[in-house]
Amino acid sequence: MTTRRRFLTAAAGLAGGIGLASVSRRASATPAAMKDAVRKVVGTATVRQGRVKLDVPPLIDNGNSIPLSVAVTSPMTPADHVKAIHVFAERNPLPNILSVHLSPRSGRARVATRVRLADTGTVLAIAQMSDGSFWSDSAQVVVTLSTCLEEALI
Amino acid sequence: MARAVVSVPSTAKRGQVIEIRTLVQHAMETGFRRTQLGEAIPRDIIRSFVCTYNGEEVFRADFHPAIAANPLMTFSMVATASGTLEFKWTGDKGFSLTESAKITVA
Amino acid sequence: MSTRRGRWLRGAIAAAGIHACLASAALAAQLAPAERRSGYEFMSAETRAMQDDDATNPAVLSLLDGEELWNRKAGAAGQACAGCHGDARASMKGVAARYPAWDAAAGRPLNLEQRINACRTGRQQAPALAYESRELLALTAYVARQSRAMPIAVAADGPAKPFLDAGRATFYRRQGQLNLACTQCHDGLWGKKLAGNTIPQAHPTGYPLYRLEWQGVGSLQRRLRNCMIGMRAEPYAYGAPEFVNLELYLMWRARGMKLETPAVRP
Repeated sequence: MTTRRRFLTAAAGLAGGIGLASVSRRASATPAAMKDAVRKVVGTATVRQGRVKLDVPPLIDNGNSIPLSVAVTSPMTPADHVKAIHVFAERNPLPNILSVHLSPRSGRARVATRVRLADTGTVLAIAQMSDGSFWSDSAQVVVTLSTCLEEALI
Repeated sequence: MARAVVSVPSTAKRGQVIEIRTLVQHAMETGFRRTQLGEAIPRDIIRSFVCTYNGEEVFRADFHPAIAANPLMTFSMVATASGTLEFKWTGDKGFSLTESAKITVA
Repeated sequence: MSTRRGRWLRGAIAAAGIHACLASAALAAQLAPAERRSGYEFMSAETRAMQDDDATNPAVLSLLDGEELWNRKAGAAGQACAGCHGDARASMKGVAARYPAWDAAAGRPLNLEQRINACRTGRQQAPALAYESRELLALTAYVARQSRAMPIAVAADGPAKPFLDAGRATFYRRQGQLNLACTQCHDGLWGKKLAGNTIPQAHPTGYPLYRLEWQGVGSLQRRLRNCMIGMRAEPYAYGAPEFVNLELYLMWRARGMKLETPAVRP
């Protein structure tokens, strides 16, 4: 049976505007886990910085829902286009966030969504080009509340 | 019953790049949360989102637990011919939802 | 819970409380009408954009549920809301902006959720919808949406006055283990930081709203319960008269401000 103190402690962790984290921290993904996830996508190819623009706010209101967009400079022709965009987070329990698959029919290599970030750290976007090259951009995001590990209300 | 909202321009010029915004109702349970009694809440998320244009796949996305609840997905597409855009979300526990929109291309 | 952070927080709140005590007498300074700001103004540009765009506001999904429920026949009477009220866009315009409102049958003010349930049980002969249920949130959001951009205009005089005063007393009363009154932070310390978050003025300008912390839509009472739990006070039960009185006071305190339902908040 939940004691009143445990209930209040747990519930307080959900109280917005007051940073009372109540959950015990689980191991979050380490930079090594993200490197592994990236390697699964790019293999042994070099990932170059550039051509990709990752837009994510540097300081966020709440880690549960963070607007994020990725745009890649590309003519999106059959000869030269973005095949896929992969997004990773260094400090989430799982490093992968999203993979999108594009084609010349996309017209423009730009996607936007909302993501969850568990902790302050790096977000990485990698674009996979039709010529086999990989390009990337990264951003630092400060997360003031840990969210993916939040306790649920029963 | 879950629902989705798609924003597609109703008309476009041939060759024009249009932006499509989709929103789908889903809790995207990460699998990392626990109840107050310590029980793990199992993962239950949308795994895949596919958009087809007159039957041909033009966009596909793989979602992971880090996609926020009620997923928003905004992407672009070249308007080639009049017809139907179909959007399909599939995920855990047999989740499957489709939505469609018509577009007139001049 | 990290005790180091907990001790720091207690210290910070105690310091804030002492400061507020010194700064004012029993009744903390009320906000001047001109200095009132909606919680919208304390959010980041990105969160504001989420609220402003109907194509990306996650609460819109709840509105669609609400529209369907509005038109769905319910109860032994086999009547939909639309059966009596027609198109909500016309009939519900301005309604949410004046709730909580005096209800003669109940002999006290009712909030919008209670008013909807009164119709369900009384007119539709359908069971009442539970607080924070998907259906009640959707219907309330749908009705309130019809007052979007209208100024809040609850009646403070007449028979509702004693209830408004009771709500005001709750707002000014110290409660909980932290011995805090709502007014200390929301009248006296708004705009300042509390553990990384900016303290808003606590105007209910957008309820029911999509709260990023909840990852879903919730009512004003849910938010008030969160506050009370955060202050380490025993929260009132959903639907408690203390809550409706407090809602009435808060809406009166926000009179003239525009309703933003369905809002998005962090």
